[in-house]
Amino acid sequence: MSIYLDNAATSYPKPSCMLEACKVFTEQVGANPGRSGHRLSVEAGRILYDARASVAQLFNIEDPLKIIFTYNATYAINMALFGFLKQGDHVITSSIEHNAIARPLRYLESQGVELTRVPVDPKTCQVDPIDFKKAMRPNTKLIAILHGSNVTGVIFPVAEIGKIARENNVLFLVDSAQTAGVYPIDVEAMNIDFLAFTGHKSLFGMQGTGGLYVKEGTNLLPLVRGGTGSKSEEDIQPDFMPDCLESGTPNTPGLAALAAGVKFVLAEGILKIRSREEELIKQLIDGLSAINGVNLVGNMTLDCRLPVISFNVSGLLPSEVGQILDEKYDIMVRVGLHCAPWAHQAMGTYPKGTVRVSLSYLNKSDEVKYFLNAVNEISEKRRT
Amino acid sequence: MSDYSVVTFYSTHHALKAEKVLKKEIKISVVPVPRSTSANCGIAIKFLTEYLKEVEKILKSNHVGFEGIFPWPK
Repeated sequence: MSIYLDNAATSYPKPSCMLEACKVFTEQVGANPGRSGHRLSVEAGRILYDARASVAQLFNIEDPLKIIFTYNATYAINMALFGFLKQGDHVITSSIEHNAIARPLRYLESQGVELTRVPVDPKTCQVDPIDFKKAMRPNTKLIAILHGSNVTGVIFPVAEIGKIARENNVLFLVDSAQTAGVYPIDVEAMNIDFLAFTGHKSLFGMQGTGGLYVKEGTNLLPLVRGGTGSKSEEDIQPDFMPDCLESGTPNTPGLAALAAGVKFVLAEGILKIRSREEELIKQLIDGLSAINGVNLVGNMTLDCRLPVISFNVSGLLPSEVGQILDEKYDIMVRVGLHCAPWAHQAMGTYPKGTVRVSLSYLNKSDEVKYFLNAVNEISEKRRT
Repeated sequence: MSDYSVVTFYSTHHALKAEKVLKKEIKISVVPVPRSTSANCGIAIKFLTEYLKEVEKILKSNHVGFEGIFPWPK
């Protein structure tokens, strides 16, 4: 029995409805959305609109046309950062960002954008919203942060940080790669101006789908220009949403699957998903805490964490633990730095990293039990 | 013979949002744009001209941008 516990990288398995939606599109529609006037093209366009409308419902976005689709959250974040920030602007971020935010910001810093990284408490890995207020400068234009950490599982208080952004007339970009689909997100209540999301994690879509919400009135310069199916008589990029930021043929079968995944989440309900995941987190934390030689990293408080837990086993490298779990127990986890060197530096686990176990709503309690038993055996064997 | 009008859009995405919000209230159909009318996005929405004011009102209140409203060519 293979046990997949690497859902923070991508969720697996997926609900069958997403595969079915992809199949229906591929077999029965197949056309290019928004490019032609024939009925299959119109039907493809409707599928795309339905995907936008489903995502809009999930994040409380009033107008679905303010959502653009991308390959993933990384692409969406890059579109927002490079489309918005200019030389001489100041941006505030956290010190545990994934490379999806860290790398573009480091590059922009080299191009004359000022960067402040708000520290986290080394024990809890949590930020203090006040630090964002303290970091404000006259030229601050943006706060750009993750919502939930892919390393520690900590959830940032984005509503409080969004309030500070709004009070200081600064825009707010949130990377929801780890939280969309498992934790409530409301762009209005949280004052979010740019929301980057990925389709293939807790929204149960396919890899290669994601998107960006762009609040009305916040114009982004497009990174990519090209065919949109609109204003075809002009050789200048249209200036209206979503066309201005969506050039080239989209991944329509993937977005049909994303719509089905989001509808699955909406039908189950975020609160039910969250409560189920809290049960799994508790089982995982209680189990790992009871094993001699296991060191958990970060805050274990249930209400501000995801089912993403980093740990180390005394006397073993993370890569050794990962290899034993895979080869001997058929359990898949991710070891190392998880594309987030900043987070490991902040936690003191750089450069070796950690073993990261990450669950999904679809994991079974028995799988967690089997995993805990495996870690216990590995740790015991190491001690004897 | 009934008198029809057609609303055209800059983008298919806008046209399909319009379809969604209009069809809740009145009878419409998505049609290829009559070539004499516009060269913009390939589809338009056809409706009975007596609903013209209502169509405009619904599109505006739902923030759907459109290019123009034209009489359906006879």
